Amino acid sequence: MTYLPKPKFRHPSIEKNALGLTHRDYEGSISTLCAGCGHDSISSAIMHACFELDLPPHRIAKLSGIGCSSKTPTYFLGNAHGFNSVHGRMPSVLTGANLANKDLIYLGVSGDGDSASIGFGQFAHSIRRGVNMVYIVANNGVYGLTKGQFSATSDKGAKLKKGAVNTDDAIDLVTMAIHLGATFVARSFSGDKKQLVPLIKAAIDHKGPAFIDCISPCVAFNNHDGSTKSFDYVRAHNEAVNSLDFITERAPIMADYDPGQTQQVKLHDGTSILLRKMNADYDIHDRVAAINYLMKHDVAGEIPTGLVYLEDEPGDMHDRLNTVDRPLNELTDADLVPGSAALAKINAGLR
Amino acid sequence: MAIESVNDFVVRFANVNGSGSASANLLFARAVMRMGVPVATRNIFPSNIQGLPTWFEVRVCEQGWLGARGGADLVVAMNPQTWDKDVASIEYGGYLFYDCSRPVPASKFREDLTVIGVPLTEICNREYNDARQRQLMKNIMGLGALSAVLDMDVSVIEALLAEQFKGKQKLIDANLKALAIGRDWALANLQCPIGLRVKQADAVGDRIYVEGNAAASLGAVYGGATVCAWYPLTPSTSLAEGFTSYCKRLRGEAETGKNKYAIVQCEDELASIGVVIGAGWNGARAFTATSGPGISLMQEFLGLAYFAEIPAVLFNVQRGGPSTGMPTRTQQSDVLACAYASHGDTKHVLLFPRDPGEAFEFGALAFDLADRLQTPVFVMLDLEIGMNSHLTRPFEWDDSRQLDRGKVMSRADLDSGRDFGRYLDVDGDGIPFRTYPGTHPSRGSFFTRGTTRDAYARYTEEGGPYVENMQRLLRKFETAKSYVPAPLLDSAGAGARFGVLHYGSTAAPMDEAIDMLRRQGMQVDVMRVRGFPFSRDVDDFIASHEKIFVVEQNRDAQLRTLLMTEIGASPDKLVSVLHYDGSPVTARYIARAIAELVARAETPAKEGALS
Repeated sequence: MTYLPKPKFRHPSIEKNALGLTHRDYEGSISTLCAGCGHDSISSAIMHACFELDLPPHRIAKLSGIGCSSKTPTYFLGNAHGFNSVHGRMPSVLTGANLANKDLIYLGVSGDGDSASIGFGQFAHSIRRGVNMVYIVANNGVYGLTKGQFSATSDKGAKLKKGAVNTDDAIDLVTMAIHLGATFVARSFSGDKKQLVPLIKAAIDHKGPAFIDCISPCVAFNNHDGSTKSFDYVRAHNEAVNSLDFITERAPIMADYDPGQTQQVKLHDGTSILLRKMNADYDIHDRVAAINYLMKHDVAGEIPTGLVYLEDEPGDMHDRLNTVDRPLNELTDADLVPGSAALAKINAGLR
Repeated sequence: MAIESVNDFVVRFANVNGSGSASANLLFARAVMRMGVPVATRNIFPSNIQGLPTWFEVRVCEQGWLGARGGADLVVAMNPQTWDKDVASIEYGGYLFYDCSRPVPASKFREDLTVIGVPLTEICNREYNDARQRQLMKNIMGLGALSAVLDMDVSVIEALLAEQFKGKQKLIDANLKALAIGRDWALANLQCPIGLRVKQADAVGDRIYVEGNAAASLGAVYGGATVCAWYPLTPSTSLAEGFTSYCKRLRGEAETGKNKYAIVQCEDELASIGVVIGAGWNGARAFTATSGPGISLMQEFLGLAYFAEIPAVLFNVQRGGPSTGMPTRTQQSDVLACAYASHGDTKHVLLFPRDPGEAFEFGALAFDLADRLQTPVFVMLDLEIGMNSHLTRPFEWDDSRQLDRGKVMSRADLDSGRDFGRYLDVDGDGIPFRTYPGTHPSRGSFFTRGTTRDAYARYTEEGGPYVENMQRLLRKFETAKSYVPAPLLDSAGAGARFGVLHYGSTAAPMDEAIDMLRRQGMQVDVMRVRGFPFSRDVDDFIASHEKIFVVEQNRDAQLRTLLMTEIGASPDKLVSVLHYDGSPVTARYIARAIAELVARAETPAKEGALS
């Protein structure tokens, strides 16, 4: 981390979005993570995505559990309310927050320890419950804050710095998320901003549980030879199924496409995702094929990235619960309190 | 001598779980109430769905004592499994009602009992072909016979059946027929009435008959709760289910058919309280219903809610602990687990309703308190209140009352330039202001965390701001003393040397016990604690008496511990009366214990034995 305060100076020609906000308006306080930490790149991607989507920062709620990853919400979107809850329990807190006000955007930031170990149950149930959220796991395969123990996403055979070898099987959160009913599932790499930013944008736009597993190397404890979550390893084994542009009506992006097949996916609200397919046969709408693909590449030691599964017309928890259109936290006494006349009727029925 | 009593006796129905007896038993209780005679009813049931013994106890009591009395004057023995125990439980000179279709050896009876045999199975087999119908109608037929021996007004039962099956004439006719068969058989073949009789009276008034869990859930509706997150757990399940059905009835949006509430059955109690805390943080009124094992699981989150100051309401329907304990029996054994829930220094607000009436009242109030104090509030029910129907005063609501959301800064407040520090004590009451997420584009956002921070919610591990914050939390708890319901004093007149402190479901038997004691000439003052932290009235009450008998339904005298710890009450002064076998404490038990303690206290030589 740095102890130098950020200068307040802003250049007059600095880039502004449709709200007239600059990138600085999407920042938080200075990161206290290790220099070079992959998590800071994820924070940066979130800020970029929100800036580019012209989102008012205060309409976003950022929630996290405990761990290095869960510290990051302090470092982005300073004008958003944040909630650093307890270890492994961000999903339930986020679920409750979402129930209270369906109009905010919910960003859940978690880590591999937080989501695949202590919070595996809550991860699973928030997804199967259909909570409208962007659930990002900053996945580094180790416990950073407690100095480098294996986590449940560490690959079998992976080595710790001091030589210890992981003998347990790894949990693949991407496969799990698809299996559990997430309607937007992606994997990315904190070192690939070009892929990550549009994924976050599309995930925010998605109504339903959107899950992004973001491999984010731990420079302090898991970036050495023998690690399967190091920068070098991930770069060497990254098997992108696609890369995408998220296109809003306001700002169609028609930039430099890599060669390959493209596919435009229209979304419910008029936006669309332009996919540049790296693998011509890969169908992002096929859930079974996605799980197959992931498992096949996992066995081969490859790390598939990109948007791996998308459901076009997802609903969310509020649809299932048939809640009113207004946020529950805005309902008034008149909405909520049935009054003495209703009570008299209830009394009469109890005699 | 056979017991003779009009409008004052206990009937215990001994049944097999799942045999369909419950509705006939309830019909009996409601018929007595319709005749203007108060009843106190209790289900005694196992952790089982079908096959094990259950009992339904109806205390008929024109005087209006609603606590469990203990013993039974008449047992309706429909369960061969428990026959011996049931027969043994009858008071001397009592009555035994049974199905005499199969012969029972003479050795299975007691000589002092009046035995009432009705060949229910035999009549049913003659009248009905269908097995299920035989089973169900047997219960109604038994009720018909019982109404004859107890001299009840059968038209009341007929009216109740007509109400219950309104619109289903076939069912009404079938039930009326069975009722008449049983009654006619009894009138023709038995000595009717027996020494126990129900006589028309006017002692019920406008009271309602309702379960505590249903009442509490209705309180949550009136308290403005919109989010309920829960995990099924006896004896709290019917509270969440009650909320569901009351919401369906009262909280639909007429124009759209959509719901002004959200109910989530979670994967466990950790998630339940997590959802409640998330919703509370985001400005919705939220609650969970649980029992002791759930409270144990929620500990970490409760510390977060205390420290991060997030409103939450928990209905704890207490059961017998520790561990799985006695899941279908009653106790008041979570007092300390709730008062000091979670690691580190914590204290929580507790409310102690006495019956369904207060469960409704405190159920609604809890949401105002949680918002005003920005902390978890526990409504401490127990199985006795929660899962039994009780006669209670009608629910009341003042339409001019407004939900009190506590100290929340609006967008206008923030725009006006008011200083916002999430943990800043601006009024000296220890309660800071909060903002709901999404309120203002550039002001009032803050980071909520379980780690230490300063008054402006900035992370710090400095000792100074930490201690300051912990002290402020104590100030807030001090403020809570005047917010929770005040204790109620029942004074024996000037100069009583002894006082009694009690809370929750002990109240009903306590009313009767005090009456017994006073009629014996023993003058004791009684205070019922209704909230924690304790009001100063509790300190004064303890100070102004020589001895205080603290009556509780747990082993470890948990409220007594709280009194000693929180208000420094002298251990020598606080004498426990404890009952914790899982059955509700009775007036007889309390009166006997207090009479004995008073006698010992008045014999100076034995003084030492008291503490």
